This record gives sequence, structure tokens and C-alpha cells, in this order.
Amino acid sequence: MSDVALTWRQYRLERRLFWRNPSAAFFGFVFPLLLLGLLGAIFASSQSDLNRVIPFVAATSIMATTFSALAMSLTVLREQGVLKRMRGTPLPSAGYLAALGASAVTNALLQVAVVVVAGKLVFGVGWPADWLELVVFTLAGVACLAALGVAWSHVIPNVDAAPAFSNAVFLPVVAISGIVYGGDAGSGSALGDIARAFPLVHLADGLHGAMVTGTSLSDNAGDLAVILVWLVVGVVLAVRGFSWGAKLG
Amino acid sequence: MSEPPEAIVVRDLRKAYGTHEAVRGIDFSVARGEVFGLLGPNGAGKTTTVEVLEGYRARDGGEVAVLGLDPESRPRALREQVGIVLQSSGMYRFLSVREALAHWASLYPHPRGVEEVIALCGLEDKAGARIRTLSGGQARRLDLALALVGDPELIFLDEPTTGFDPAARRQAWDAIRGLRALGKTVLLTTHYLDEAQQHCDRVAIVKNGRILAIGAPAELGVGAATRAQVSWRDADGRAHQREVDDPTALVHELTSAALARGGTVAELTVRRPSLEDVYLQLTGDDAADQPVQAVARV
Repeated sequence: MSDVALTWRQYRLERRLFWRNPSAAFFGFVFPLLLLGLLGAIFASSQSDLNRVIPFVAATSIMATTFSALAMSLTVLREQGVLKRMRGTPLPSAGYLAALGASAVTNALLQVAVVVVAGKLVFGVGWPADWLELVVFTLAGVACLAALGVAWSHVIPNVDAAPAFSNAVFLPVVAISGIVYGGDAGSGSALGDIARAFPLVHLADGLHGAMVTGTSLSDNAGDLAVILVWLVVGVVLAVRGFSWGAKLG
Repeated sequence: MSEPPEAIVVRDLRKAYGTHEAVRGIDFSVARGEVFGLLGPNGAGKTTTVEVLEGYRARDGGEVAVLGLDPESRPRALREQVGIVLQSSGMYRFLSVREALAHWASLYPHPRGVEEVIALCGLEDKAGARIRTLSGGQARRLDLALALVGDPELIFLDEPTTGFDPAARRQAWDAIRGLRALGKTVLLTTHYLDEAQQHCDRVAIVKNGRILAIGAPAELGVGAATRAQVSWRDADGRAHQREVDDPTALVHELTSAALARGGTVAELTVRRPSLEDVYLQLTGDDAADQPVQAVARV
């Protein structure tokens, strides 16, 4: 059996596990839709506000399905000994991790697709103005936030702490990114600088360009550069700190 | 390709965690088709040794061959031929027992039948149940089933029967004996000395990272304390106990005297030192931390 065939089997198992686990399915799938409905309702009176909000929901969904989901699930798998058990099977380690990552990416891509379709059909945003830019930013954002999620799992000491550690990053980053996103608000302030140091607001800006304004990739090259720098940082940290066994103590 | 005669060869294995030397020069080998037990108190170095052989830990020194391969580089050919039951390891809680075994089977080139393994491990009643609903003992049986479904040549069992009730314990040992009947090799660690005595072809007693004694369970008893203990109660009800090299004459004397007066020998027992006696003698706090030369056989 080839590595690809084994990896594919594991990927299919991961998909089944995702839908079987109610809390994973909720936080990975329903929660972002809830956010979409909520923000959509709040800003329903202004099309320009909706045009702003919908890409931000897409970016937040990517972060929830990759960064938060992987940080939490890898901690659980590591601490419960599932990683160690899998490492004893003929499935190659790289294939196993690829299957885990691909499952998270699948969720992220589904989310973006749902947000794009809902944006057109429900919120009057229209079809994405620049499909290439949408694909590029989605893939860069998914890869970057997935790598950072894996890296963050190395910091989480145990299963009980996983939701807190994950939300300790997710919620503040979403909040401050939402404040500075799409305008000059907070620019020059410390909070604005902090927000712009993280990749989320740049992902939202890029998706906004792709979905609404049609500003070309080159116009958002700065945003893409920040995401790619975080991607490199994330990959290095994800690989360096990786542990197949539970943390001692 | 000719198969190496020994399933496992360990020469002067060493492993330290920081300044703590967990394994301090261990030598042993396990023949193909053998059930071999590593015994010893907690922290003796059993699990470290097994985890080096399983490819989970890198060794600091010594030579190790598992099915003729070096486990440290975790070659795929080795992972396909080895089944592992760890001391504790999690499982996908939202799968059913049958689904989990089917998935595991699909990862191996020549798996056993899923239903066959379910029956072998006594999980028929739970085959369709989600793993999260299994009791501790049932989850442990699933561990064994997952290790066996790939039809491995060599099976590592770290405390395989801990937490089992007597029925589950017997079933697990039946499964392990079944493996030996198939010519498979088993390396296990256990705290249950009576089980080791009954089911292992050979055992090694490990303490402080060294092997103190190695051999067939019956042989180990012979070396250190060979004398038989005969105890009985005489016609007046007094208890007696005597240690003799060979109990035949004494027992004959006691029984013929009793028969002559038309009575019985109350509470007559002849006891050979068990593996447990040897173990306690070797691993006790006051025991010398040195191999017992009389019984050491590598």
C-alpha cells in the first residue's frame, strides 16, 4: 500500500470523526455560521457595512477551523496518547499529520465557500470580484493559521487547559482585528499596531479585496507578505516543538 | 530473505533521562515463538526498555535488533510486523470497536479478520458500541485487539492485564497463548508474578536498570532457594514446618505413619519457592543490587 493510499484512509477517518464529535462539529462548523448570521443581522441595514463584515467573518472562520481546532485537537490527541498509538502503526508520521491538517483545511474551505455563497445569496455582497486573489489569500491564510495552531498546541500543557489557551489567543485577536480592520481606526495607536502584527486582519483585508473591491493581488501584497512571514514562523515552531508523547507532569 | 533466528537481541542497552540512568546495561534475547516476560518494580526500567525496542525512544548506548532491524529509525517494514499495547494510550472515542479495528486492519499489508480478532479478545458484545462507552477492562481488550489485527510477528505488551477481572484475565492469556501457538513472539511486562510463572517461557527480573536474573520461571526458583518447604499438623494438632532438599523421604515417613494408625496428615503441603519468592528476594529493599550469578543465564 502506498503512503498516499494510507494517508487518504486516515483523512477519511478524520472526516468521519469530525462529524461524529458534536462539540468539534459545532465549534468547527456551526459557530462560524452563527457568527455570519449574527453579524449579518446586525449590519443588515447597510450594504457597505455588510461588504466589510462578510470577508471578516470568512477570515475568522478560517482561524476557528484551523488555528483553534488544531491547537485543541492536537493537545487532546497528544495527551490522550492517540498520537503515540498512531506512531506505532505502518501509517507514515508525515501522512498522519497531513491527514489531520487536510481535515482542518477541508473545514476552512467549506466555511469560506459557505460564507461566499451566503454573501451573494443572503447579504447581497455579490460574487467575489477577484477569484484568483480569493484562492491565494484563502490558501495562504489556511496554511499560516494551521501551522500556528500546531505550534500553539506545543504550549498547551494539558487537555483541561486546551480551550482556555486556544481562546486566550483567538478571542483577543479577533476583537482587536475587528476594531482596526478596514479603516484607519486605531492606526498609530499601540492597540492598532498590535492588531496589525497578527495575520488575521491582513487575511480579512485580502479577502475583502478579493470578495468585494477587486483590488488586485499586488495592491494587497503587503497583507500577503505578513501572512507568509507568519506562515514561515508557524511552520518552524510547529516542527521544532512537536512531541508525539504526552508532556510529563 | 532468511529470517534471523532471534526475534529480539539486546546488547548492553543504556538509556538515561538527564542524570537518571533508567537502563544501565541490559542484555537479553528473545527467540522467535517465545513468550518472554520483563518483571520488576515500578521504575525498574522495564517500560524504557520496551519503548526503545518499539522505536519510541532513542537509546544512549548498546545494540538492539528487533526482527533483524534497528527500531530507532522506525522502518516501515518493522512497523508492519510489530503490534504494540502501550501501558496507556488513547483512542478515537467516537468510533465503534468494529470501525476502529477495520481502520487499523486497513493500515497493514496482511491483516487478520476483524470479526476473528473481536471474538479472540472477547469484544463480541461491544463490537458495535462507541469506544467512549467501554469500561476500563474493555478498552484494554480493544488495545490488545488493535495490536493483533495487523497479524504481527512480534507483539509488545506493557502491563496487558492490569485492571482485568479474573475472567478477562484468563481470556487475555488465552489470546496470548494462541499467539504462541501461531509461532508469534511476545514480549510483555507485568506485575502479576503468578501469571508470568504460568504463561511465560522465560522471564527477566529487572531492577534499577539491570537484569538481576533471567531464565525459565521454574529454573529461577531452583537457583537461589532450592529447598522444598514441607508443612503439616501432627496428631496432637501442632504445626510443623521443615525445609528439606528433597521432600520424598519426609513425606513418605509422614504419610506411612499416618496410614499405620489409620489417620491422615492434616494440612500437608509441599511448597517449592515460587517466582514470587525469587522476585521478592531479588527486588526487596535489602537485596543486593547485583545479578545473581547462580541463576543468571543470558
